[in-house]
Amino acid sequence: MTTSPATPDAPLLQIRTLTKTFGGFTALDNISVDIKKGERFGLIGPNGSGKTTLINCISGALKPQIGNVIFCGEDITQLPPHQRARRGIARSFQIPRPFRSMTVLENLMVGLDFASAPGAAAAALPEEEVAMSILTRMGLAAKAGAPTDTLSQVELRKMELARAMAVRPKLLVSDEAMAGLSHSEVDEVLDLLISLGDEDITIIMIEHIMQAVMRFSERVMCLDAGRIIALGAPDEVMANKRVQEAYLGT
Amino acid sequence: MTARHNSIVFWAGIAVFLVAVMAMTQLVRNEYPFFAGYVILQFIVLSVAWSILGGYAGYVNFGTNAFFGVGVYTAVALFKVSGAPLVVQIAAAAVVGMLLGLAVGLLTLRMRGIFFSIATIALAIIIETTVMNWRFVGGAAGIQLQRPPVTEPFDSYVKMLFFVQGVLVVIAVAIARYIQNSRIGRGLQALRDDELAAECTGVPTLKLKLVACMISGGLIAAGGAPAAMYLQYADPSSAFNLSYSVSVLAMALIGGTAHWIGPVLGAILLGTTQQLLAVTISSEVNVLVLGIMLVVFVVVAPKGIIGLLRPRYRLRAGGKA
Repeated sequence: MTTSPATPDAPLLQIRTLTKTFGGFTALDNISVDIKKGERFGLIGPNGSGKTTLINCISGALKPQIGNVIFCGEDITQLPPHQRARRGIARSFQIPRPFRSMTVLENLMVGLDFASAPGAAAAALPEEEVAMSILTRMGLAAKAGAPTDTLSQVELRKMELARAMAVRPKLLVSDEAMAGLSHSEVDEVLDLLISLGDEDITIIMIEHIMQAVMRFSERVMCLDAGRIIALGAPDEVMANKRVQEAYLGT
Repeated sequence: MTARHNSIVFWAGIAVFLVAVMAMTQLVRNEYPFFAGYVILQFIVLSVAWSILGGYAGYVNFGTNAFFGVGVYTAVALFKVSGAPLVVQIAAAAVVGMLLGLAVGLLTLRMRGIFFSIATIALAIIIETTVMNWRFVGGAAGIQLQRPPVTEPFDSYVKMLFFVQGVLVVIAVAIARYIQNSRIGRGLQALRDDELAAECTGVPTLKLKLVACMISGGLIAAGGAPAAMYLQYADPSSAFNLSYSVSVLAMALIGGTAHWIGPVLGAILLGTTQQLLAVTISSEVNVLVLGIMLVVFVVVAPKGIIGLLRPRYRLRAGGKA
């Protein structure tokens, strides 16, 4: 696959007939979807429906048995995660995974040191300033020197997003960044994600909090038992009978 | 303190150290301090080298003795073949140690935690068995070595070995410090904390681990190479003795692994204690004392001596120092 990404309408991420099995269990069954550049994409589905498996296949933590992941016109199915990070795929984790022996600022420096595209415009700035500007955006500037084990849950979530931003992503995958947060904190993180989306960063958001999904997404995809059962505008998907069955039972 | 200022202090310290080592070889008559000092310097090299993989990357290598023994036997084989000078023996041992590090890394670094550690023990046993059956270097019975004449300005071979080991300390510390302050160090620290998160943040974890394993292995082998000439004798069960692994691990952990000075302090403290005990009581007590100290430190100061000196130290672990 060497299609040039030059055409403006070419999808940023193409997932082609992706199938992932664990032993006899099929976690993803023939998934195909295109995600456009700059899109805010919601991914929903009951527990165990394959959401995290899908984003693990996108970020490289898992490799599918069948199918391809194509990013910016390049087939990245066999690339290890760090190569994908360098091409502009960043993610946060369902359970935050900070670098615990480092400060918040140092957590970001890892991404700046290793994943930032060389020759980027900001390369002229010292790394620490770039990291501080990301932290300021995320409202974490005051915590820059703090060790990660002193952070609250919402601060950890924000730090994970900030660390993902340090990779200078084209695509940001947020895996339940709002789980376990209070209402006001959910809004805070959601506003952050939406503002990132306004900067031409494509975002895939996995979330169980429906108001957040509805407010955030331009398109929503619902998975159930490893298959796509609905894909479209948020309210269409919510109105879909199969989606309601999957969530509420029949 | 700026990084530049820090570097000046560091290299000044290194210069003072080398001058002191050199002066000692010229001024002190008695040979015993050099016999004992050699062992302490050797353990500094080994524990600093060990902590590049075991400390920075968090991969606990129980195979220090494998790399040490490979260093010893590289020197022995080379000396027997061609009578190569000491410097060549050490350089060759470093190269072989790095290659072994690469091979071991490729085979085992995909394993994590305790599985990696167990694999490294197995490695030591395999290599020891191989050497035991290698007649050319003496097999299980070991081999006697005749030291060549000593080089000027030293008046005894042991004094020269003491100085050489001092130079190896400088090399090991300089490399460890460089890694710690470079992006390699930050990458290793990230992968020690969380390997998947590090990968997803762009850190090429396997590559960095291989680099750490090669450098660590090369330095341990280099540190072991002069041991053949030091003892004028080599045999597999002492060259591949598991006590090297245990001592080095204890020294690094007791000193603290977040900063290169940790293993240096640990090696000085434990190495000196061991030498004193060996003279005053018996060398068997060493092991007991080592065990007790390790237990005490794990309970009282899990971050080692440097953790005691600076409670907030770990925060700066990846910083400039």
